[in-house]
Amino acid sequence: MNTAAKNIFEMKVKSSTENLGTIRDFVEGKATQSGIDKNIIDKIVLAVDEACTNIIKHAYNYDASTEFIIRVLISKEEFKVLLIDHGKSFDPNQVADPDMPTYLKQHRVGGLGLHLIRHLMDKVEYHNLEGKGNHLILTKKIA
Amino acid sequence: MAEFSTTHRENGEVNIIELNGYLDAHTAQHLEIAISDLIVKNKYKVVVNFERLKYISSAGLGVFMAFIETMRSNSGDIKLAAMQPSVYNIFDLLGFPLLYEIFPTETEAVNKFNQ
Repeated sequence: MNTAAKNIFEMKVKSSTENLGTIRDFVEGKATQSGIDKNIIDKIVLAVDEACTNIIKHAYNYDASTEFIIRVLISKEEFKVLLIDHGKSFDPNQVADPDMPTYLKQHRVGGLGLHLIRHLMDKVEYHNLEGKGNHLILTKKIA
Repeated sequence: MAEFSTTHRENGEVNIIELNGYLDAHTAQHLEIAISDLIVKNKYKVVVNFERLKYISSAGLGVFMAFIETMRSNSGDIKLAAMQPSVYNIFDLLGFPLLYEIFPTETEAVNKFNQ
């Protein structure tokens, strides 16, 4: 038996925060069909929402004429979400997590999305593939 | 599409904002407007009732961060109440209980203002 066999699902959306609900429904639907625990699904869905929000805001600067791809890859062990955009590149691994007590004390706003993604997922990988866009891969172990 | 709405009530000096639905980067602006409306009217004592809020992302958390200083520097506060466990977990994960008082019920949050 090939345990690496994957179920792959994909959707393409316009880069608008209006589509965040649709993206969450898509990811939640695929995770639910795979029989993943609700607690884990909630984490994956929030991480994907945060990552897509970052693409819409930072990679594409709210330009709704642009699009990006959400590809879900499900194996026995892992639930992976690959996000592909052709906007401004941004390597999340170059950004340190904020010190939360200081953050809260100083009443800062914003910049928590990436911090959450790292907390919620098991692995966050980023590749800038020349001509093929930015690839962000979020991985959650499910077995 | 994500749906989100707020309703506003008053209980004495305390302003209650009830959240309903999904609070994300698309709907956060709606909550910003609701809180800004209170500030325009010099109302700084706010209880946010989360009972019917199903989902929150960091954009939603950012709204509370944006207004907390204004409320507190005017002898008010933003107190949070009645969160679903899944919503509370996000606040807790980021350490927000350090900065915000979070109550199991709206009544307890309102009473804290009246103490």
